[in-house]
Amino acid sequence: MTGDFGGAQLIIALLSDIHANVGALEACLAHARAHGAERFVFLGDFVGYGADPKSVVEIVEHYCAQGAVAVKGNHDEAVEKDASYMNESAKAAIAWAREMLNDPQQRFLAALPLCVRDNDMCFVHASADSPQRWNYVDSAGAARKSIEAARTTYSFCGHMHEQQLYFQTADGKMIPFRPIPGTWIPVRRHRRWLAIVGSVGQPSSGSSAAAYTIFDRSREQITFFRVPYDHLKAAARIRQAGLPESLAYRLEAGA
Amino acid sequence: MGDIYRVSGPESGFPLIMKVPRLGDKQSIEGLLAFETEVMILPSLSGPHFPRFVRAGDISDNPYLVLEWLDGRSLAGILEGGPMPCNEVARIGAGIADALQSLHLQDTIHFDLKPDNAILRPDGRICLIDFGLAHHARYPDLLAEERRFTAGSTPYVSPEQVLHTRSDPRSDLFALGVVLYEMATGELPFGIPESMAGLRDRLWFDPVPPRVRRAGIPPWLQEIVLRCLEPEAANRYQSAAHVSFDLRHPSQIMTTNRAFKLRRSGLLTQAGRWWRVRTRASVMHRFPRMFVSNAPVILAAVDTTHPDDERHPALRRVIGQALTLSAEFRLICVSVIRGGPGAESQSNGNAMASPQVDHLVRLRHWVEPLHLPPHRLSLHVLEAASPAGALVDFASQNHVDLIVIGAPDPDQQALAWWRSVASGVTANAQCSVHVVRVPRAARETH
Repeated sequence: MTGDFGGAQLIIALLSDIHANVGALEACLAHARAHGAERFVFLGDFVGYGADPKSVVEIVEHYCAQGAVAVKGNHDEAVEKDASYMNESAKAAIAWAREMLNDPQQRFLAALPLCVRDNDMCFVHASADSPQRWNYVDSAGAARKSIEAARTTYSFCGHMHEQQLYFQTADGKMIPFRPIPGTWIPVRRHRRWLAIVGSVGQPSSGSSAAAYTIFDRSREQITFFRVPYDHLKAAARIRQAGLPESLAYRLEAGA
Repeated sequence: MGDIYRVSGPESGFPLIMKVPRLGDKQSIEGLLAFETEVMILPSLSGPHFPRFVRAGDISDNPYLVLEWLDGRSLAGILEGGPMPCNEVARIGAGIADALQSLHLQDTIHFDLKPDNAILRPDGRICLIDFGLAHHARYPDLLAEERRFTAGSTPYVSPEQVLHTRSDPRSDLFALGVVLYEMATGELPFGIPESMAGLRDRLWFDPVPPRVRRAGIPPWLQEIVLRCLEPEAANRYQSAAHVSFDLRHPSQIMTTNRAFKLRRSGLLTQAGRWWRVRTRASVMHRFPRMFVSNAPVILAAVDTTHPDDERHPALRRVIGQALTLSAEFRLICVSVIRGGPGAESQSNGNAMASPQVDHLVRLRHWVEPLHLPPHRLSLHVLEAASPAGALVDFASQNHVDLIVIGAPDPDQQALAWWRSVASGVTANAQCSVHVVRVPRAARETH
């Protein structure tokens, strides 16, 4: 899918891997609005792992109705198709999502595009190189394949839950950089960049705080954020829903 | 790698220059990368040691960089006059160390410190320029993977830079050692290597000791220069603040064999270094300021006027605890006595007035139970009309990270004077202050 989806708006919040964690999503959206976000892009995996798929999909639908972009993640696809490749706890959460989501919501997820190109930006859940295969962008080589398939200056993705920024050198190689949350980084448009924006609903890196990213197009700056929220409540919701204990524990430990 | 123009603009209120990278020649990729790096890092730097950033043009179609033009003389120009008197070397060297300390605290490493890049301002301060090879820990390092890129200026690069390590601020302290050597002797310690093989000698060779090149160089200066030039970063000074302190207080330097060396290290020592470079992984922190905070400068303000006060053991206990947090500390013990306008005495002063000697003796007695190695310790008696002000100024000039000071209780009428010193220091210090009190119950059991 290619076109102008409001790319002219300058301060863009990028949220990925929300995983049915409504408390984390609300905290990130409020944080982004307070930081001047004018536009919202959701990079997939709205369901799975967490207890609140319905509230999360409602919020995403609401934002999309007002012009936000959303792409499909592998957990969203698993609701409509097949979750057999996933581990037991992930499968249990997909079954929970199927139970909770009504038909229009399931159709909303099924109709999401895999990849959206908007001016000089590409939005995709996993790699832009064959997005339907859900390949992880977990190395400089994988990052290079993704940006070459994207053919845009800026690529944004999720799927990997840790925040990472790759930049391209003059000879085409991609170099990884681990961003420091809350500090802006200049990302000049004469290079190509790929940002893994972090996971809102199942954050990692030893911190329980939710992760998302803001891209300021006019200033050519990107800032990765970590936002604390009531993760103990989210874990309690998972236990209440009768989902596997490991999913609750993971939120508590921030593993 | 570019052109520089004096320009003027309405908004800035200070004189400006414009740097424009030259495109199309064979160095253009290097030049552009250096330009991009400087445009990225310069706006993030603040303070009097760096030119102010004004504006930059888009790199792909209109690359330019406008920044503050600095009034002053380049150290390279001054060095054309040959070797400098040792007190000048110490004064200018301390100024460069101050600038490096400020830079490292901002998580940036210069990587191209040389006389051309140090500007002496009319107020005596040093400004560093040209951040084309610099590294900022919060930004992607555009040069990290560019192996063909020159590591720096060959006479000044550190052994780590030769090995393409771009995360160690102690590399700047090595370059500072080269600059100090050059100022003191008029010669470069390693010459101007022209090949990679010549450059790799940096990993194990040490230079001809400065005192061999010029007889008048005092042992303390050789100690500082050779400590900066240690091939292994772990053997150098660990923070620019410590270099600056030593250059400002030569009489407090504990000299080692380095100070009296009259020849280069033997073959065996060099072979040992050659082996270690290959086998030892360097200790690395991601943030330059971590090196600085791991090498803290701690100031103990000791009330030697009341040597029997029960706060003294408590103060010493807190200092002892603070020092266990880092092996690379520096402890400055200061006693302030009421007197004239800000005179300072150091422990070697022969012509010192007797009350000051008295206080020095008490200060030494106070610190003795801590059993500190002498090179980590210095003792000072300040005479000042405003003791709080004198302590605050002394702390900021010497890059102190933490002041530990005792405060008497309201009921200790005899010590009311010190209470006002403690509150003055707490209110005005530019660093952290730890106020030590002894609870009344504890005092009564004494």
